[in-house]
Amino acid sequence: MKRNILEAAKVIRSKNAGPFELTYDIMFKNREFFEQFKNQQIINHKMIAGVLKISESDILSLIWFAPANAVKITIKRLMPSGAPGETDIYGAQQHAPLLAIEF
Amino acid sequence: MTTNEEFRVLSPTAILGYGFPESSFKRGIERKPHLIAVDAGSTDPGPYYLGAGKAFTDRAFVKRDLRYMLKAGVANNIPVVVGTAGGSGASVHLEWCRQIIHEIAKEENLSFKMGVIPSDISKDSVKKALREGRISPLACVHELTEGLIDDTTYLVAQIGIEPIIEALQLGCNVVLTGRCYDPAVFAALPVMQGYDEGLALHLGKILECAAIASTPGSGADCALGILKKDSFILETLNPKRKFTCESAAAHTLYEKSDPYHLPGPGGSINLEDCSFTDIGDGRVEVKGSRFEKSPAYCIKLEGARPIGYRSISIAGTRDPIMIAGIEKILSEVKHQVAEMSSDSDRSQQLFFHVYGKNGVMGAMEPLTDVSSHELCIVIEALCPTQEQADTLCSVARSTLLHYGYEGRISTAGNLAFPFSPSDIKMGQVYEFSIYHLMEPAGEKLFSTTVETFKDGKQV
Repeated sequence: MKRNILEAAKVIRSKNAGPFELTYDIMFKNREFFEQFKNQQIINHKMIAGVLKISESDILSLIWFAPANAVKITIKRLMPSGAPGETDIYGAQQHAPLLAIEF
Repeated sequence: MTTNEEFRVLSPTAILGYGFPESSFKRGIERKPHLIAVDAGSTDPGPYYLGAGKAFTDRAFVKRDLRYMLKAGVANNIPVVVGTAGGSGASVHLEWCRQIIHEIAKEENLSFKMGVIPSDISKDSVKKALREGRISPLACVHELTEGLIDDTTYLVAQIGIEPIIEALQLGCNVVLTGRCYDPAVFAALPVMQGYDEGLALHLGKILECAAIASTPGSGADCALGILKKDSFILETLNPKRKFTCESAAAHTLYEKSDPYHLPGPGGSINLEDCSFTDIGDGRVEVKGSRFEKSPAYCIKLEGARPIGYRSISIAGTRDPIMIAGIEKILSEVKHQVAEMSSDSDRSQQLFFHVYGKNGVMGAMEPLTDVSSHELCIVIEALCPTQEQADTLCSVARSTLLHYGYEGRISTAGNLAFPFSPSDIKMGQVYEFSIYHLMEPAGEKLFSTTVETFKDGKQV
C-alpha cells in the first residue's frame, strides 16, 4: 500500500533562494528513509515536475544532502520575487503540493 | 596561531532589529567574544525596500539591538561589525543606520572609532562593465541593458571580507557597511588574524541567522561560534535551545540552491567534505569546509527600479453561487473593466488575488475545485501613475460589487468590505532590475570613511 511522505519526512518547506529561484527542502526523519528515497529515486525530476505542474527544464537542481538527511530541489521562480502578479514574495508557502507525495 | 587558540564570535540576532533576549546577550558577553557581528539585511522582503530606499526593520528596535551591541563592544573592547545597513545596504540605508549609531553614541557617551563602508556602484561603472562584457546574469535572471541601469534607483554590490578587513586594520572598533555578503561580517576579523577562510565563512553562513540554526530555532536569539584552527563549534546562549548535527546541517540548506557549494565574493565555500559532530551540551563541531577561489573575483550587483503605482481593495464573498462561478465572473469583470478604459493603455494591469481558491499559489495551485464557504478577493491595480491605479481599482471594485453574473439571486451587492474607505493607495512599486555578477576591472570600488567619537561627540 502507498504511504504518504509525512511518514518519512519531518520537514517539508519552500523558500526563495534569491529573488529569481525557489527552493524546496525535504528532510527525512532518519538515515534509513533518506537512503530509501535516494536509492529508489522516489523523488526525481519527472515526479517533481508533475507534482509542481512545471516543466522538467524549470528544475535547476535536485541534490541529495546526506548531512541533513535531505533532498533539495531548486526551480526557476514563476516570476521574480515582487514582479506584477506575485502571490508569495518570500516563497515560503509553496510547499503544499509536496505533502501529497506517496512512496 | 597555535592549535589551542580560538576565536569566539557572538551573533546576537538573525537580522538587526529582530531583537534578542537580554539574558542570552549577557551570557554571550560573559563568554568574552572576540567579535560581535550582525547581518542587517536581505533581498527576501522583495524589491521595494532597495528600490525605495526604505528599511524593512523597525527603527526603534534597530536602535535597541545596536545599543546593547555598541555598549558591550565599547566597554569590553570587542569590535562590532554590522553588515547591510538598513536592510538593503544602499547609501540611503547606510545613512539611516549611521544616524542611529550617532544617537546612541551621544546618549551613552561612547568613545570609539567607526569605519563606514558604502557599497553603491556608480551606473557609469556598471555600464562600462556591460559594454566590456564584464557583466553576467545569475541563474534565471534577464540580460542587463543600459536602459535598466538608467531606471534603477539604488544600485549596490555585495562586498566581501576585504573592505571590512581594511576598516579593521585602520583601527576601527565599529564597522558599518552597505550591502554585504552575510558571512563576511563574521569572517573578516578571524581571517585577518590568520584563521581558515573556508571555516570562517561557513561559520558566518550559519551565524548570520543566529539561533535559527539551533533547535527550537529562533531569529530573535543569540548564538556563539568558536573558530579553531581546523574546525568551528556552535553554541547556543539560551538553555532552551541547542545545536544538533541536524539543525546545523539543515541550516546549510536554507535559502540556497546547492548546499555543497555556496558562492560568494571571490569564490565559494565547498562543503563536499564537511562533517558535523555532536560534542555534547547542545554543541556541534563542524570540520572540512573549504574556500575555493574563483578564477576571477566577481561581485554580485543588486538593483531595483520603479515600474508603476499600486492601489488595492480588500473584499469578501459568502455567496455560494458566486463562489461556484468565481473564475468566470472575475474574467468577465476584467473584460468589462478593460472595455470601459478609454485610453487602451496596455500598461494598466488588474489582478484578482482570490484567497480560498488560489491566492497563495496562483498559477501553481494544483487544486482546481474551490471548497471554501467564503472567499477573500484582493483587487490589485498596477498602473503608470497613482491616479490611474486609484481609478482602475475603483472601477474594478464597483464593477465587481454590482456585476450581474449568471444565476445571481443576491442582487444587492456581491462583496463584503471590512473597511471604509475600501481602497488603499499602495504607492510606488518596484522590481528587481539588476541581479548580476560584475567582474571589476581592477579599480578600487569600496573604501572606508573613519569617524571618531570621544565621550559621545564626533571629533
